[in-house]
Amino acid sequence: MVSSGEWSAVDILEQHLAAIEAGDGAVHAFNLVTADLAREQAVEVDRKVAAGEDPGLLAGVPVALKDNLCTRGVPTTCSSRILEGWRPPYDATVVTRLREAGAVMVGKTNMDEFAMGSSTETSAFGPTRNPHDTSRVPGGSSGGSAAAVAAGFAPLALGSDTGGSIRQPAALCGVVGMKPTYGTVSRYGLVAFASSLDQIGPLATSVADAALLFDVIGGNDLLDSTSLHRPTPRALAVLDDGVDGLTVGVLSEFLDGAAPDVVARVHQAAEALAGAGARVEEVSVPEVAFGLSAYYLIAPGEASSNLARYDGVRYGLRVDAEDVAAMNTATRSAGFGAEVKRRIMLGTYVLSAGYMDAYYNQALRVRTRIIEGFTRAYHHCDVLLGPTAPTTAFALGAKVDDPLTMYLSDVCTIPSNLAGHPAISVPFGTGDDGLPVGVQLLGPALSEGTVLKVAAVVEAAAPPLAAPVLVEGTPT
Amino acid sequence: MKPGWEMVIGLEVHCELKTATKLFCGCPNMFGDEANTNVCPVCLGLPGSLPVLNQKAVELAMAIGTALNCEILPSTFHRKNYFYPDQAKDYQISQYDEPINVNGHLDLPDGSRVGIERAHMEEDTGKTSHAGSSGRIHGSDYSLVDYNRSGVPLVEIVSAPDMRSSAQARAYAGELRAVLVASGASDGKMEEGSMRVDANVSVRRSVDDPFGTRCEIKNLNSVRSLGRAIEYEADRQIALIEAGEVVVQQTRHWDEDAGRTVTLRSKEDAYDYRYFLEPDLVPLVPDAEWIDAVADTLGMMPAVRRARLVRLLEESGGASESQLDQVATVVDLRLDDLVVSAVAGGVSSGLALARTANEAANDADAARRLDPAAYLALLTMEAAGTVSATQAKAVLADLLVRGGGDPAAMAKAKGFEAMSEDSLASTVAEVVVAHPDEWGRYCEGGEKGDKLAGFFTGLVMKATRGQANGKAVATELQRLRGG
Ligand SMILES: [Zn+2]
Repeated sequence: MVSSGEWSAVDILEQHLAAIEAGDGAVHAFNLVTADLAREQAVEVDRKVAAGEDPGLLAGVPVALKDNLCTRGVPTTCSSRILEGWRPPYDATVVTRLREAGAVMVGKTNMDEFAMGSSTETSAFGPTRNPHDTSRVPGGSSGGSAAAVAAGFAPLALGSDTGGSIRQPAALCGVVGMKPTYGTVSRYGLVAFASSLDQIGPLATSVADAALLFDVIGGNDLLDSTSLHRPTPRALAVLDDGVDGLTVGVLSEFLDGAAPDVVARVHQAAEALAGAGARVEEVSVPEVAFGLSAYYLIAPGEASSNLARYDGVRYGLRVDAEDVAAMNTATRSAGFGAEVKRRIMLGTYVLSAGYMDAYYNQALRVRTRIIEGFTRAYHHCDVLLGPTAPTTAFALGAKVDDPLTMYLSDVCTIPSNLAGHPAISVPFGTGDDGLPVGVQLLGPALSEGTVLKVAAVVEAAAPPLAAPVLVEGTPT
Repeated sequence: MKPGWEMVIGLEVHCELKTATKLFCGCPNMFGDEANTNVCPVCLGLPGSLPVLNQKAVELAMAIGTALNCEILPSTFHRKNYFYPDQAKDYQISQYDEPINVNGHLDLPDGSRVGIERAHMEEDTGKTSHAGSSGRIHGSDYSLVDYNRSGVPLVEIVSAPDMRSSAQARAYAGELRAVLVASGASDGKMEEGSMRVDANVSVRRSVDDPFGTRCEIKNLNSVRSLGRAIEYEADRQIALIEAGEVVVQQTRHWDEDAGRTVTLRSKEDAYDYRYFLEPDLVPLVPDAEWIDAVADTLGMMPAVRRARLVRLLEESGGASESQLDQVATVVDLRLDDLVVSAVAGGVSSGLALARTANEAANDADAARRLDPAAYLALLTMEAAGTVSATQAKAVLADLLVRGGGDPAAMAKAKGFEAMSEDSLASTVAEVVVAHPDEWGRYCEGGEKGDKLAGFFTGLVMKATRGQANGKAVATELQRLRGG
């Protein structure tokens, strides 16, 4: 629209800034709105269009960034006190790619502290609320990004997904969210939570937009050693290919713990796929049942190491004390919230001498078994189908004091992170409470094209979802 | 070492690799610059930064492995977790249970062989300095950290516990240093910290006994302090055992001024490093082609260089004890190519070795830059008697100072010309006449008499201020004696 000159980037930006101004008091999707920076970028896009230069694939499109993506000179907090005052001296690779594509970056979105959570309630800056019902959580940890897209603050957002942190909030907020194959999107500049599981991915209002954003941010990056050597993806090109001849497996383990209204939507989506020409069958991958346990050993283990650097020595918060060790302790005690501390302690424990083999190494063996289980399923299925989250959005405060119940929100999303496989959540109607339901499509490594084209068919068949209506002002 | 005891020593040597950039980022690998100028998000451990392995560092690590006769294997990196301000990420990326080089050995000049258990890659830390009156961490007002060294590539070479004396440990450190320099991997400067040695020492009464409890000694800044520290530590352990006490496994600090080791931390205080596979890096799997390419570019190792000189000596009759010392000196100073090219040009190995070990060695840096052709020309003149030994040394000194030149022209400019046969003969005759008693005994011959040839040669040299050719004097003396 912008590159054709139909709309100016500045006009589009101002509409979105106005929407944020009007609605974010109620939602709190953003930790920081970077209006000045966005205006500079929008002006530059309009100049390029006027000058006949190529303004890029995302010319003038407002994009919200999860606040764990490094932005040069712009505070990057991970919603934690410990990074107070820190401005990264560099851009994450995905941010560089967005800039080059002409995107306009409207702000940094709220999240669970260091991405540890499933409701965005562990943020040090207060929770984000679900735009469809501000008494409910948006999911997490990329709750700010999902809420921003759902509320119309930005048509696109980036999140990060370590155990479901893109897909689960996408489902709860009624938007599309994809976790790509591990290694397809550079992690350089993504503040690490659990390095072997973290992956950046798109949140969008449609499957096509998610595919476009994935095409822009994906591709090999020499700054990330785990980045795969493959050409830049072209997921968008195959979106309309349909599902004729494909086999879709409905993953029974994912249905087991899900609420009946959510299960009903999954079956409805399966019928729609069958109607569009896919072969639909029920599939069992018993190994995924162990995913949650393995995840809560591997992710905290890596996190305990990744978060060691927040010691008050070089950047962020410092609480002065007698000596270095006391300063470290005081800084970390004051800077980290309860959930982060819980996971650091758990992770330190599982890596400790004498416990490592029973916990961490055992979890790695489970991880291998889960990959084997999926591989078996993909011998005869092209994609797997299930719910994204067991329930629709739950009430703020409902689970925040009960970590184990909270952890169960990710039971259907975690296996894809352990396997490194792509998975996408697509809105599919509502539950009995009228809140959005997301269905999830999973595929083998590097099957984004297939997953996205199946997602496009599901999207086309989805019951309509009413746009959220936001009341101006801060919720009570 | 007290009789009735044997020490068991293993050394862990950290060697800084001579790469242009750091192990996981593009920052310059340089010292002495203003603090915190050679840094970037990666080596500062900033949130979101990721390591990318330096290919050149891998090649130097493989060069060390090849030089130490190791197997080069597929390897991985782990995180070694511990809090310290100069550790930018509060973990160190290091190879752990799958190191790149394993099962090698190093042959020492005395013919003994020391096993190399592993030689693995890791990153260096920054450097902390404690400000305030004491200069130590306790009682300092504040501390400053320079991260210029953070992420500098290191290879840690772990020997087997194969050494049995401090002299052998010192010889190992010296030989390892020479190998590291020869492989191009490091400049091996112990005093400047580019080679850092920790020693594991234990004692036992008999070779049949199991190893005793060991202590690790840190802060050894020279080969000399390595030797002293091992001796001290072995004596300390023996005294403990003889007093009926037990040696406690500890890390100990060598206090150079006090000449003793002191407790740094005991085993109970040892860190739990919580090693786990570094998820930000992928396994390192060098193919045979790459390994071979590194081996092909590897220079000759010191042991091979020594053997090459000894072979030259043996070809002309054998090597004396003092010549073996000269061989060691020449190879240590990397001047052996000069000897080899001179011998190839027709100079005797004894003369070439002596001039190189005794004179060229005085300015080894200049000698390494010397044109081998000029060196050969000078030694050829000396061998032919065109210049005397004393004159040859003077020309050589000039050559080294000037960095080259034509030895014949330089000798001429100094007025060094061979004495005419007549003038030599008359000088010899004068000396003989002035010392009739000695001459008589010389003429009697035999072992005692023959030794006086040196006496007369010395007098002739003195009289001619070194211009006479020693060989020509000997011939003239023989002729006068009549045979
Ligand atoms: Zn650097």
